[in-house]
Amino acid sequence: MLRYIGGRVLWMIPTLILVSLFIFVLMHATPGSPFQLEKSSAEFIANQNRLYGLDKPLPQQYVVWISNVLRGDFGYSTFFKSRKVQEILLEQFPVSLKIGAIATLVAFIGGITLGVLSAVNQNGPLDYAGTLVATLGASVPNFVAAFLLLFVFVIVLPQTFHINLGFRTTFSGDPKDFILPVAALAFLPLATITSFTRASMLDAIRSDYVRTARAKGLGEQRVITRHVLKNALMPAITLIGPIFAGIGTGTFVVEQTFAIPGIGRYFVQSLTNRDYPLVMAVFLLYGAFLTVMVLMMDVIYSFVDPRVSLTGSR
Amino acid sequence: MSSIPDQPTSTSDLILSGKSNGDELVVTSNAFIEEVPLKQTNLLRDAMYRLFRNKLAVMGLAFVLLLVFVAIFANFISPYGFDEKVPGEFYRSPPSWWFPFGTDNVARDMFTRVMFGARVSMFVGVGVVLVQLAIGITLGSFAGYFAGNVDTALMRVVDIVSTVPALIIAIILLAARGPGIANIIFALGITQWVTIARLTRGNMLSLRELDYIKASRTAGASGRYIVLRHLLPNSLTPLIVAITFAIPEAIFGEAFLSFIGIGIRPPQPTWGGMVAEGQQFLRSDAHLAIIPVLCVMFTMLAFRFLGDGLRDALDPKGNN
Repeated sequence: MLRYIGGRVLWMIPTLILVSLFIFVLMHATPGSPFQLEKSSAEFIANQNRLYGLDKPLPQQYVVWISNVLRGDFGYSTFFKSRKVQEILLEQFPVSLKIGAIATLVAFIGGITLGVLSAVNQNGPLDYAGTLVATLGASVPNFVAAFLLLFVFVIVLPQTFHINLGFRTTFSGDPKDFILPVAALAFLPLATITSFTRASMLDAIRSDYVRTARAKGLGEQRVITRHVLKNALMPAITLIGPIFAGIGTGTFVVEQTFAIPGIGRYFVQSLTNRDYPLVMAVFLLYGAFLTVMVLMMDVIYSFVDPRVSLTGSR
Repeated sequence: MSSIPDQPTSTSDLILSGKSNGDELVVTSNAFIEEVPLKQTNLLRDAMYRLFRNKLAVMGLAFVLLLVFVAIFANFISPYGFDEKVPGEFYRSPPSWWFPFGTDNVARDMFTRVMFGARVSMFVGVGVVLVQLAIGITLGSFAGYFAGNVDTALMRVVDIVSTVPALIIAIILLAARGPGIANIIFALGITQWVTIARLTRGNMLSLRELDYIKASRTAGASGRYIVLRHLLPNSLTPLIVAITFAIPEAIFGEAFLSFIGIGIRPPQPTWGGMVAEGQQFLRSDAHLAIIPVLCVMFTMLAFRFLGDGLRDALDPKGNN
């Protein structure tokens, strides 16, 4: 197992090199330069290009950049001139990571719980509640959710009903400030997980081995937790990748809506500013996260389902 | 028409002959069918019947039709121009009889702007789906028809594309190519065709082994003929359902991109852009942001209800 994980981690290197090549070529193939917006003379721009090494041939630029990155140096931002990219990342990224991680957890725990409860109480009130959440969540994208939450909790409740729960449109890192952004981010993945878990639970409940478990006299709770749940968790695990991607892109909107100083806002800004070093760093980081997530998914998979053999035939 | 056929003639009869659920009796006897009045029907009419029995789907369909109407005739039915100050220059006036959705920060009629926003949304939705279909059906057909190595190679490409978060790539493509409706359609279409390709391929893989395809091949039909005349028409129903789910996805994509400010350039109204413009007035004039947000929400709900209804109607056996 350890050997397998080690091998997969090594495989991440060529993957990430490909990702880095992709973003490097794409960023440099786009028209416009980091200094196009400045009202400066051609000489100044040429000087700036020389300063950032942008006058060198592209392959050379790539090699310089990637070897610096491997040493943990992402270079200077071309927009926030005096700041190094890793400084900006270190400052902005933890906030985004925290919100994303909490939202992922909420989505998984909430979604699985709701899915299991709906399946166990099939056609009962809880089931209808679960289905309602699943339907609404699937069609209410994160920025709709973000605005509706803001509208209800920051405007309608305090202004019309004078119920002030202490939510606001600014962000200071207070635990309470996390609630609305996390709710907005987690809603859609929670709905997806709920409906997948419910469907696979229902499949499992009707299967022969569950009938056998009941026939041999196991209590209902034991049947559900030991026999049904384990098999019903599989689809939720396969969703890790897409859900991470969704939450990652969701942070752009949620950070903008709730004025959170996270990396999502910087990313969009740096794209329009053609801030190559920052964009490429964020993209690489994102790619690294995604590959780690996919690896985690495979490993968890093999733990939950013994039929999945990661190391090949044994 | 009074004679009772040996085989069920349509899908509605198939419901009677039901699928065994393990403990239920499987009803296949003609005696049972006899009690049901047989009407001559076809798959399409059957599907329509089932669709119109589903209230949510009908509501969804009505809303979608309304959107299409508004999108096409926005410039005839809107009371003002989308970039025109209303007479009297009311700034950020709340919804009223004269301005059903209020007016915005520069005294433009929100009702008008929402209508033109619908036009952009529908245009993007349809455009993106067309691009997705073009890429997805082409690749899916090649993979599904040739199977074997071609299939493996193409599906590997699909796997790689599907692990890449589409919206992130769309953001980068759009930032690279600049704002504009054509670029949005390109960026969203080129990143989100995976579902369609998989669906087409899966259908063709299962269809190509059927006897009528073999017969056609024996009769000397070319691969192109088989794909276009036999395989593709028979893969249409799941594709229709996939399209009803892909359109709202694209509409959301455009709203998202315009919201973060790299989508469509003002003054062209789009729902996402209107939300972004209204955001700063959320405290004092919430309608500026909330109305376009609700438009996006209702559109997505409508398409989802319609899609769910279509899926149930077109696939009565519940295979998908």
